[in-house]
Amino acid sequence: MIANASQSSAMPPEQEKAPDAAVAPAIRLAGLRRDYGERTALDGVGLTVAAGESLVVLGPNGAGKTTLLRILATLLRPSGGEAIVLGCSLPDEAWKLRGRIGYLGHEPLLYRDLSGRENLRFHARLHGIAGAPAEARIAALLAAAGMERRADERIAELSAGMRQRLAICRCVLHEPELLLLDEPDSNLDAEGRELARGLIGPGTGSTRVVVTHDPERFLPEADQVLRLGIGEAAAVS
Amino acid sequence: MTSSRAAFAAILAKDLRSELRTLQSLPAMALFSVTTFVIFRFGLDRTSLSGSLAAGVLWATLLFAAVLGINRLFVAEREEGGFDAIRLAPIDRSVLFSAKAAALVIYLLALELVAVPIFALFFLHDLGGLAPLALVLLLADLGLAATGTLISSMAVNSRARDLLVPLVLLPLVVPLMIAATGATEPLLALGGPGYHRFGTWLMVLGLYDLIFGLVGYAVFDFLLED
Repeated sequence: MIANASQSSAMPPEQEKAPDAAVAPAIRLAGLRRDYGERTALDGVGLTVAAGESLVVLGPNGAGKTTLLRILATLLRPSGGEAIVLGCSLPDEAWKLRGRIGYLGHEPLLYRDLSGRENLRFHARLHGIAGAPAEARIAALLAAAGMERRADERIAELSAGMRQRLAICRCVLHEPELLLLDEPDSNLDAEGRELARGLIGPGTGSTRVVVTHDPERFLPEADQVLRLGIGEAAAVS
Repeated sequence: MTSSRAAFAAILAKDLRSELRTLQSLPAMALFSVTTFVIFRFGLDRTSLSGSLAAGVLWATLLFAAVLGINRLFVAEREEGGFDAIRLAPIDRSVLFSAKAAALVIYLLALELVAVPIFALFFLHDLGGLAPLALVLLLADLGLAATGTLISSMAVNSRARDLLVPLVLLPLVVPLMIAATGATEPLLALGGPGYHRFGTWLMVLGLYDLIFGLVGYAVFDFLLED
């Protein structure tokens, strides 16, 4: 099933039929555009992702993959088109989405002068998780990421791979419904990739959008693939 | 939504823990103020100051020391992704403004715990005005924190941050400094503290705090937008 999602045709024909009212799509984009001044980073992106599905986003550097992810995460406002995420229209209802998204970007969003455990406690408190439940959740995540022994060291003292493991813990700490993952395997060794799969892999049940330069690794677990090109129409398959 | 009180406490505790661990702001602020007092002492060739001159030396020094801390207030959020983390969390974003302003008030109070005794040691013979001066310091710190937090959050994304903060902040705090020196002057008068127009200046300080506190709280959410 391959179809173009060009500016004129926002979604592939197979997906243009009305979604089942009882099962609203997790993500629905139509003609999505984002400009940075004169430059258009993203144009005419349209697709529908059902709840629990995995969308893999491919494309060369500068094609707008990270921009798309940041729009979905409500960190960037779209310049045009329609974006509905978990039933909330962006950017107007972005505030309703906060706390429902797990975002793993290029930066780990961890403070260098705090330890991994302190960082996770901080993020847990921001998401309304405190006390014993927070400690239990943090301990479980650190164990799942293989980071228990290094959890009390400052982030500045950890390797890039270990920071990525902690960033993954931070991303799933609040049990988000939607995971937005920008090159989630970056800096991870083989063991780290396997452990990460348990936390952010398709088995988690969350809807996932994965930006990657490693199609061999992620295509097998994709329900849909979005190919972004520079100056080309986006294509969904 | 996470309660604003819990989010406020989390952000403030994080900032204080980071500062205690790295000492990136407070030692520089304290060293600056002590050095400036030494320069004034030898530059003016005076062992005692009183009235408007004493108030001017004290507030000029505290203000420029405060700028050092204000410059760094949002650096961790900018460089380590704190802004994104806050924007992704189910919290009222204005809590970040309140927590950062509270952190800055604590830094300023800590600075004054070091700077004011040294100022008194260098320049004051009569220490009777120091107790009411604490109230002036607190009110001026609240105003400086509200304005400083607002300007720092706007300037942090600029590469010219170190230039932009004083350029925008200093004109905005002129009314605050006039009120602070006006309230301080009679407290440090020759022959012991007086209270001429002390209450009026305190009211001006309180009004400034209220206006800039409310403005900062109201507009901060928009400043965090992309």
